[in-house]
Amino acid sequence: MKAFLMYPDRDFDLEQDLPPNEADLSSDLELGTLLRAMASGDKFLLDVARHGLQSGLTSPTEIVYRQHVLADCVAEPGAVRDLYDVAVAAITGERHLFGWTMRDSPDSILYRARQAMQLYLDMFRRLRGIADAQAAGFRSEGFTRFFAMLTEELADEYLAEIDAQIGELEFRRGTLISARLGPGAKGTSYVLRRHPEQSWRDRIPGLNRPGYTFYVPERDEGGMRALSDLTSRGVNSTSSALAQSADHVRSFFEMLRAELGFYLSCLNLRDRLTAEGGPVCFPDPDTPVPVGAGHARLSARGLYDASLALSLEDGRAVGNDLDADGRQLIMITGANQGGKSTFLRSVGQAYLMMQAGMFVPASSFAASVSTGVFTHFKREEDVTMEMGKLDEELDRMSVIVGQITPGCLLLCNESFASTNEREGSEIARQVIRALTEAGIRIIFVTHLYDLAERCFAQHDPATLFLRAERQPGGRRTFRLPAGEPLPTSYGQDLYQQVFGAADQAQTARV
Amino acid sequence: MNPAVPFRSILFEHPDDEVQREDPSMFRDLNLDQVFAAVASGRDEYDLTPFFAAPLRDVRAVEYRHRVQQDLADDALSKAVAEFTLAMREMRENLGLAGRLRERYQKERWFLDAARIYGQAVTALAEALTAIEPGSHGFTAFRRYLTDYTQSETFTGLTADVARVTSALDEVRYCVLIKGNRVRVTRYEGEADYSAEVQHTFAKFAERTVKDYRVGFRGRAEMDHVEARILDLVARLYPEVFQSLDEFCAGHAAYLDETIRVFDREVQFYVAYRDFTAPMRAAGLEFCYPVMSADAKEVSVRGAFDLALAAKLMPKAGAMVRNDFHLTGSERIFVVTGPNSGGKTTFARMFGQLHYLASLGYPVPAGEAGLFLPDRVFTHFEREEDLATLRGKFEDELVRIKGVLDEATGDSVLVMNESFASTTLRDALFVGERVLDRMTALGLLGVYVTFVDELASRNAACVSVVATVAPDNPAERTLKIVRKPADGLAYAAAIAGKYRLTYRQLKERLT
Repeated sequence: MKAFLMYPDRDFDLEQDLPPNEADLSSDLELGTLLRAMASGDKFLLDVARHGLQSGLTSPTEIVYRQHVLADCVAEPGAVRDLYDVAVAAITGERHLFGWTMRDSPDSILYRARQAMQLYLDMFRRLRGIADAQAAGFRSEGFTRFFAMLTEELADEYLAEIDAQIGELEFRRGTLISARLGPGAKGTSYVLRRHPEQSWRDRIPGLNRPGYTFYVPERDEGGMRALSDLTSRGVNSTSSALAQSADHVRSFFEMLRAELGFYLSCLNLRDRLTAEGGPVCFPDPDTPVPVGAGHARLSARGLYDASLALSLEDGRAVGNDLDADGRQLIMITGANQGGKSTFLRSVGQAYLMMQAGMFVPASSFAASVSTGVFTHFKREEDVTMEMGKLDEELDRMSVIVGQITPGCLLLCNESFASTNEREGSEIARQVIRALTEAGIRIIFVTHLYDLAERCFAQHDPATLFLRAERQPGGRRTFRLPAGEPLPTSYGQDLYQQVFGAADQAQTARV
Repeated sequence: MNPAVPFRSILFEHPDDEVQREDPSMFRDLNLDQVFAAVASGRDEYDLTPFFAAPLRDVRAVEYRHRVQQDLADDALSKAVAEFTLAMREMRENLGLAGRLRERYQKERWFLDAARIYGQAVTALAEALTAIEPGSHGFTAFRRYLTDYTQSETFTGLTADVARVTSALDEVRYCVLIKGNRVRVTRYEGEADYSAEVQHTFAKFAERTVKDYRVGFRGRAEMDHVEARILDLVARLYPEVFQSLDEFCAGHAAYLDETIRVFDREVQFYVAYRDFTAPMRAAGLEFCYPVMSADAKEVSVRGAFDLALAAKLMPKAGAMVRNDFHLTGSERIFVVTGPNSGGKTTFARMFGQLHYLASLGYPVPAGEAGLFLPDRVFTHFEREEDLATLRGKFEDELVRIKGVLDEATGDSVLVMNESFASTTLRDALFVGERVLDRMTALGLLGVYVTFVDELASRNAACVSVVATVAPDNPAERTLKIVRKPADGLAYAAAIAGKYRLTYRQLKERLT
């Protein structure tokens, strides 16, 4: 039995490894803030959101499948929360059952498994209740199939069969165990047997089948222990089978909790963003473009950094428009603190969210899906002190190259700036050329004028140049219109802003 | 070899071959202690250590072992021997239980099993040897011995009795019904299995494998008194079966043959080394049977490596750099200089290992090797200061080297590593020159690792070799040792190239 709410054909696997660069993505794109808004204080939801956000779906069909399920959740939040509560009740209820001891015996395992099954039986009945009452309000393929599955698989006759089996496993007529002689003539291959129906012969002494009977004296503690040991061996595989069945059922509830949890976390985020007045929309995913075909789509209206919006007091982050259809390289230059890093983050977030089947922080967003998102951001310092700064950068880039594949998106923020401009530019040129030729899309924020200027001089139609805006008088708009690189990044402005007018006045007098 | 000579030992063709005992202190310097520990690991019961300390002094005795091992390289033969030794081990465990346990039927059942395993193991080995036709003196003689033995009446009678009694016991089936303190034992009559029914009910949830909740019961060999009581009742349900078991044990008390027992131990000397080197050979490292000489002091080796290091580097040892080297004419001693961590000590150990392993009759870690069979292998390595001697380190080293030089002969091998490093350069040069002169005068083969460049060209017997590092990554040890005059080069590399991020490297990496 499967829920199939995350994928049309497989489970949402929380055990699956996150992408190897997940830690980098998380810190470079400020995903922590985003995920905390999704989790809304729930540790489990945080984990679910984290895995969900890193789904990396590359099929537009699978993306749209989730968008439709999510749209149902937006329309019927109450029913979705009811289903989620049943799954949570099944799992927490099982966890509180009495019986797991340090030394598990087959008897205690059997006892506990029977209790668990009783609990699950009740939860099945509750799920059926919700399905019977609410299914009509759902439209998506995912939910329609899910409710049909509940009605069919948890039919009344089946629930009755479970009930009967739980009762039979109390063994009121004693335990019948078969065996043969194993190594050293010790009994082995103990198998619990169902009692044969009693016939009239069995009730008359002397007529029943040949056998020998003995009694272990009640005061013989060792003997009684040996007897219970023997019983345990007999019950062993049956109690294991029941405990395993209970595990399977719990897995079903765990899967249900995880899949519904992801959508609940999306609802949480949506509530937060729209409360702040930020627009959200379902993006338009396009199929990935083969290497060399060169027409990957990427365009957006009002795209903003969701994490920034969530942490701002007034909640409104500046949105950017972007028209980069068919561009393999986007090179961004311009003013310090002009919104370049923020823009880079908003693009990275939007790709991850789109490919998780979520809405994106924009009024519209259309892009070819990527086969993976990578970030190479400037780091403050290497805490391990093992490497020089350039070594550290190069090492990270080398790791990325080892993982990246055609169709991936690479976001670079001031890469190779830890050496002089000439060397840094040369290294960057070689890296950019090799990667774009390999079909990797790069968005590169840089202050390396030598790099940007010589790149601009090539007039490659697959390259787009954006420049952080600076109004006359030094005020920044945090917008990134198209524009050629300029030889300064306005460090003076920043200096003046920090050191203030007094310093400026002094400079003027000199 | 006269085919009529009866089989004696798979290790020593003549009793005289088994005389020498090597002082194992040099094992530690050459890391042979690690090698032998690894070779013998899991084989404590065979007590292989005395064999490692018994090098051979006769080229003929070495070749006896080479031929036996060449036979063992045949997959069919090595598989047959492996199965035999495994079975013999199991047999010993069963006999141990038969001796230790108290219940009569239990003891007898274990003993029966031991005899069954023994019979099967010996038969299988004899059949395999007949089919394979080994070429060595050792194995052909042993095969003859086995053929005679398996056809003897003692042996055929044993196997027939084992088969009859075992199959009767295997057919016994019974049921135990437990209710409260009442236990009833009957024959089994086909009642249905419960766990299958439970699995059937919940099959639709079984999406993936989950924890197995079957409790692992302690596999105690002993029976408690309830089990013993049940077994007695089972014996009463099946009386003929248990009587034949009694008779078997009375009739076959001393079934184990002494020559076969000794073979089982000694063949481990070869098998253990083969098992130890197998993963390395699979990783691409070559081993060879050295061409041994008793008189020409010539050394000619291709593709040699440090066996202890290779074992440590597994499973990545295939990438290890191997060394070629030779000594011809009047050349006797390699003087090794070069940067730290360049593989000097490794080279020295390797030289010593090759000669010692060769004297055990083992294949050596090299692609090809022509070696002199030494009378002894000596080492002189830097030691931690020994407080018990009340001497300084330098003095202690001098005392030790004097002892070595007094004992060594012209047929010995001497490996010296960073000797006299605990003194001034001038002292080290002075002592080094004297020691090299003494070594040259003896005419022995050796390696002298030193930081003193001047020693490299001491005399005509000395050959200067230098440790090198990889030009594209100075941090990586290549362990490559080449013949050239001593110098002191350092290397640097282009930084992007080091991270494989140049355009050319990236194009290669991304395809």
